[in-house]
Amino acid sequence: MPQAHLKVWRGGNDGEYVEYDVEYEEGMVVLDVVHRLQATQAGDLAVRWNCKAGKCGSCSAEINGKPKLQCMCQMGTFEAGETITIAPLKAFPLIRDLVTDVSWNFRVAETMPELKLSPPDADGHRRMHQIDIDREQEFRKCIECFICQDVCHVIRDHPENQSVFAGPRFFTQLANVAMHPLDQNPSSATVAHGFGLDYCNITKCCTEVCPEGIHITDNAIIPLKERRVDEYYDPVKALIRKISGKK
Amino acid sequence: MATATEVQRRYGKTQRVDRWWVEPAFLGGGLLLFVIYSTVSALILGNSWHYEAGPYLSPFFEPLIKPGWVPEWISPAVFILWAPLGFRTTCYYYRKAYYRSYLLSPPACAVTEPAKSYSGESKFPLILQNAHRFFLYVALLFIPVLWYGAAKSFWLSGEGFGVGVGSLILVANAFLLMMFTLSCNSLRHMVGGGLNCFSCTAVTRGRRRVWEIQTLWNEHHRGWAWASLISVGMADLYVHLVANGVITDLNTWTNF
Repeated sequence: MPQAHLKVWRGGNDGEYVEYDVEYEEGMVVLDVVHRLQATQAGDLAVRWNCKAGKCGSCSAEINGKPKLQCMCQMGTFEAGETITIAPLKAFPLIRDLVTDVSWNFRVAETMPELKLSPPDADGHRRMHQIDIDREQEFRKCIECFICQDVCHVIRDHPENQSVFAGPRFFTQLANVAMHPLDQNPSSATVAHGFGLDYCNITKCCTEVCPEGIHITDNAIIPLKERRVDEYYDPVKALIRKISGKK
Repeated sequence: MATATEVQRRYGKTQRVDRWWVEPAFLGGGLLLFVIYSTVSALILGNSWHYEAGPYLSPFFEPLIKPGWVPEWISPAVFILWAPLGFRTTCYYYRKAYYRSYLLSPPACAVTEPAKSYSGESKFPLILQNAHRFFLYVALLFIPVLWYGAAKSFWLSGEGFGVGVGSLILVANAFLLMMFTLSCNSLRHMVGGGLNCFSCTAVTRGRRRVWEIQTLWNEHHRGWAWASLISVGMADLYVHLVANGVITDLNTWTNF
């Protein structure tokens, strides 16, 4: 049976990396090996997990420096004898071992604008066409693993920006509202200064790490930035709005 | 004993074990090479290094604007190059490339950046990146100009229609520059991305179709960006080499 050489963060901010050798079988993922480590050598190892199927977004960690879901990272992708470093998400306060406090994201979620639906048709129903919501269904795939938030350098390297920057996960949520065919919010509600869209310098790390393959940068952030230009930085559009009386 | 915070803060400190520095180094090197070449070829050498050979005109000088009041030491390329320079500098793809390679912001994903503070594109000068769409408008005007230059390269004065290697290079270059422009993210917003209701009218349904096709091109914007950058540099070099007698153009004409 092959052995994995793991280097796992143990403890809080004053903790350290501890090395372990753990046996594993073909087909296992990193989370399986962490569970075996927990069962055999480190009973007090804290690790958050739930579905083990890449759908709950609980087991996010940094594996060899890259933010990933532990349950979707195959052991077969590592070289024989390679040291596998498993660290907690670094953009969020560490609780212990591999568990971080991601509650900042829930506080940001509370600031997101809600859909304001247009009035229903005469028969009391609201109707939308599939072609109008195709784009947004991509954003609904988000499992809130917060890996995109973790890798985003705007908050990862500059935690002080957490007060002015919502982060890529919430830009998909804003895009979802902004592009909704029945939403009645003014466009400023989704592209306003408060969400920190201008802080994003579109280096695409969020897109690179998204386990659901959502094109966060191209399909959410850049379209929002363009809508923001319409709203705040385009004098020609502003003039047209003024002449036509459109908001 | 390294704390998580210490590990995170040190510039370049990362636990990535792959060669994350290869891509920013390669892309940064490629961009630097192009900037040096184009500056020397089009601006510094300018009029002293011939840029016209028979029916061929270097794309750095297309369309040729050479008013009499401009001193000889000023290259006619100055009237042209501000437009592609602005378009490429503010391009969403190139921004990613040079933010990573030159501003190290960040050098690569999950690699700590050196800057102590960060305000992204929210303040001067980077807030000017929002002018991308205005450079797009100018770049769109350049498409027919480049095709005109490419078409002209099949017509040698005194002999008429013919084909040369230079003509084919200029056609390929016009095509690649056109595709780079037409795959732009701002154009994607303009043709249909800014709509919320695609199904509402015949016009919005048509714009959705255009948006879908443009999205296919936009997915390869990086590829078009590099292909067109290389092609415009190569086309310029080829015309210069022919014009200065370094190489001979293979063509169907008898006196060129």
